[in-house]
Amino acid sequence: MVEWTDAERKAIKAVWGKINVDVTGPQALARCLIVYPWTQRHFGSFGSLSDAASIMSNKKVAAHGKVVLNGLGLAVKNMDNIKSTYAPLSVLHSEKLHVDPDNFRLLSDCVTIVVASQLGRAFTPDIQAAWQKFLSVVVSALGKQYH
Amino acid sequence: MLPVAEEIGSEALLRMFTTFPKTKTYFSHLDISARSEHLRCHGKKIVEALAEGARNISTLTTTLAPLSRFHAYQLRIHPTNFKLFNHCIIVTLACHMGDNFTPVAHAAIDKFLSAFSAVLAEKFR
Repeated sequence: MVEWTDAERKAIKAVWGKINVDVTGPQALARCLIVYPWTQRHFGSFGSLSDAASIMSNKKVAAHGKVVLNGLGLAVKNMDNIKSTYAPLSVLHSEKLHVDPDNFRLLSDCVTIVVASQLGRAFTPDIQAAWQKFLSVVVSALGKQYH
Repeated sequence: MLPVAEEIGSEALLRMFTTFPKTKTYFSHLDISARSEHLRCHGKKIVEALAEGARNISTLTTTLAPLSRFHAYQLRIHPTNFKLFNHCIIVTLACHMGDNFTPVAHAAIDKFLSAFSAVLAEKFR
């Protein structure tokens, strides 16, 4: 069971409160596809991903980015229960989507970096630590049902 | 980037120590609290080495040979820690640069830092 201090809960909810899912989601997913091009393997049906500009203007990437960030919202609402909340999503990513779980960490790093660029100096080291602890729990839960 | 080497370097180190506490084990001989002299000095040293690498980007192996030997035979840092520090440099740049830290810039920096770390870890075995 993951233990959250009051300070960590406060920091994570504060960061989430400042995130606009419709902006951060698309930016984080696009960034992941650009910085780690091998992640594009899961998006063959999304149309043109040939360069950074086409990735950033791709409507399917943007739509999917929102889906992913809304999924993260589920974890924020169920911080004491992330593993069981994410069990169905983990099964989906393993058995239907066949995503290498190492890629979840890359996407979560991109979410962190987009959040950092949006919050600037307000994204302090302590807040970063709490946020990354939260994301690592989410990433671990997503990989839990793989076998 | 050089005039703010100390600021970026020390902030990246502080972020790394706060987010990944196990990285502090390599610094038990220094005072690495926020804004300490050691932290600022060490942060500056690292960023200046990165800048030197960037200036000689096609000859990283030769340029970094002394640092590579130092990390392999004296510091003996577990190689996974390079990734953690690189990530914190990138987060620091994102905080300072906001929207100017574009995905393309991010990709280039990530690629450079990965290449730099690979050279540093080259002589480990």
